[in-house]
Amino acid sequence: MVTHAPARPGRRRRRRSLEGWMFVGPFMLVFALVFLAPIGYSIHLSLYRNRLIGGTSFVGLDNYAQAIGDAQLWAGFGRVALFLVVQVPIMLLLALLVALAVDSGRLYGRAFFRVTIFLPYAVPAVVATLMWGFMYSNQFGLVGSINDALHVTLPEPLSAGLALASIGNIVTWEFVGYNMLIFYSALRVVPVTLYESAEIDGAGQFRIVRAIKLPHLRGALVIATIFSVIGSFQLFNEPAIMRPLARNVITTAYTPNMYAYSLSFSGQQYNYAATVAIIMGLITMAVAYAVQLRGTRRK
Amino acid sequence: MSTILKVAAAATAAMLALAACSDDSSSDLATPPATGTEADVTAALQKGGTLTVWAWDSTIKDVAAGFEKKYPNVKINLVNAGTGDKQYTALQNAVAAGSGVPDVAQIEYYAVLQFAIAKSLANISGYGASGLKSSFTPGPWNAVTPNGGVFGLPLDSGPMALFYNKEVFDKHGIAVPATWTEYVDAARKLHKADPKAYLTADTGDAGFTTSMIWQAAGKPYQVDGTTVRIDFADPGAARFATVWQPMISEKLVAPIPPWTDQWFKALADGTIASLPTGAWMPGNLASGAAPASGKWRVAPMPQWEAGGQASAENGGSSLGVPEKSANKALAYAFVKYASVDEGKDLRIKGGAFPSTTADLQNPAFLNTPFPYFAGQKANEIFAKSAQQVVPGWSYLPFQVYANSVFNDTAGKAYVSSTTLADGLKAWRDQSAKYGTEQGFTVK
Repeated sequence: MVTHAPARPGRRRRRRSLEGWMFVGPFMLVFALVFLAPIGYSIHLSLYRNRLIGGTSFVGLDNYAQAIGDAQLWAGFGRVALFLVVQVPIMLLLALLVALAVDSGRLYGRAFFRVTIFLPYAVPAVVATLMWGFMYSNQFGLVGSINDALHVTLPEPLSAGLALASIGNIVTWEFVGYNMLIFYSALRVVPVTLYESAEIDGAGQFRIVRAIKLPHLRGALVIATIFSVIGSFQLFNEPAIMRPLARNVITTAYTPNMYAYSLSFSGQQYNYAATVAIIMGLITMAVAYAVQLRGTRRK
Repeated sequence: MSTILKVAAAATAAMLALAACSDDSSSDLATPPATGTEADVTAALQKGGTLTVWAWDSTIKDVAAGFEKKYPNVKINLVNAGTGDKQYTALQNAVAAGSGVPDVAQIEYYAVLQFAIAKSLANISGYGASGLKSSFTPGPWNAVTPNGGVFGLPLDSGPMALFYNKEVFDKHGIAVPATWTEYVDAARKLHKADPKAYLTADTGDAGFTTSMIWQAAGKPYQVDGTTVRIDFADPGAARFATVWQPMISEKLVAPIPPWTDQWFKALADGTIASLPTGAWMPGNLASGAAPASGKWRVAPMPQWEAGGQASAENGGSSLGVPEKSANKALAYAFVKYASVDEGKDLRIKGGAFPSTTADLQNPAFLNTPFPYFAGQKANEIFAKSAQQVVPGWSYLPFQVYANSVFNDTAGKAYVSSTTLADGLKAWRDQSAKYGTEQGFTVK
């Protein structure tokens, strides 16, 4: 039937676009259902307020005004921002060094090394955090055992001053391998001819890294940074699982996501939790977009 | 004809909805009328059916089995939806969603008022619950009967006592403290004699703190309808904060979070030498700190005044019937079975501490020797403590939330130079803020 259709250009163009929609249709449907609809519902929720006494009422942008002046939210935001500027560079630098080492071809047992570095990423975050929680314990954990064996007093990893760094350590351990893999795959697609010509020109390994490998890694670096920015702003698993070990330090509003979680699950403040989630989503989008703009800009 | 009826019904419903919207906050709080009668319960038992019960208490399993045996046409679907606040979260979500609501739910005393005010729990007085008042000790009964309704039946109670490791006490020549001042001195003495040992563990626990203030005759929470007064500068609260402060600042409490593996290990190996807690503790000690069997004993709570006779409740739960249960009459039958009838006997056999006056006076109960306490008749001490509970205590109508932010605020006293008194004040402010946001008048 399709072949018998009149071959007028206008008709054909319209039909072509329809076929396109049929291809993306299933995706769009699921996308709308699991992405657009929840966001729409959250925005709807954020315009209301539900009270134990007085029920639900429409409050317009009151929740947003409250969030802007909410010290707890911004303290949590400050914490993840600090986490972002300290942990992410350390993690990406480590991942970069490992990727370059694996790619250099001078590493003995390369496959084994690659798998071992990647392995922590395969450990579920919950298990990893429980394991680290045990090691961090200064009563019966690893820190406690070291203290006993060497008669020293190591600083408590989950004390007020060190908790964020300890969480950063877990996240770094978990994600170095993952980022290494992103960098490593980017390095694998560099044409071998470039290396050959560099060698003919007499370039050393460091020169090759600087002049060929790093420029080729630019795209991968931007992607990894964006993932890490999102990951930092959404920090939840590690502090939430660590909380029972240090409730007084890791508060219910330790990170914005934890705050949204406790607002909704302990305080039944679904509306305000939705507001916090939307604000954090917007900030994350803005920062990720800025990273992308900055990263893909030509010199 | 039927169309006219439908229209009339719709109009009535709309008017009711409008009326509900225009309700002012005071009538919002009005206790929902009791639904059903005792005859409904009998009828429901004859008809049978399936009940979903949410409870984490381990003895409810026996109760469910016993109930099914007695009423073969009833099927009990027992679900452990989490312990304490985890279960409340699930229950609140189910109520908000309007589906998946259980027929019976275990609710701790501190949370009953919150669920009653939110109209999540049914007023079961009509089924005959109001006639059971004399069966229970006053503390638990008051907790389940806020605002003139009955929102559950007491399952157990937690009159406080001091559990202590006699071996550790004897080794270091520590006498069982009779007052909290002596307790603090004993903590100093023990920790000095053995820097690895602590008299007790405390990492900031809302339930423990409120119970201690309760015993000190503090009344930090006063609830009158939608008006709530929160005051941690009240003499009882201030007394607790002053006496307990050195325990924290001199690092005399083990920084081991409760209910963790290391906590049980520390209870077993003598690192934690005593615990002031509720009468439901023996079973937990026997299972969690089994190696220390025979070393522990029970003593009456240390007092705030020398020669005093005051005690408080710590924990304890009720069984309530959610308003959205489809089979409230049958649910009530189960609640009654578990709290005053045969189910209660099964629970006592399983190690639960009852809140029924008859059992608390029963010689067989009082004379039960506890192998874990080297044969000590600990129930005598618990039963006496139950009689000495300071009357007049009230929790907040949003205590579940308040407890969830205890460590954010008062917990600062445990990890920084903030004093406990200032920490409690911060807790007060955070609770008050939430109360105001929820439409209460907070003073």
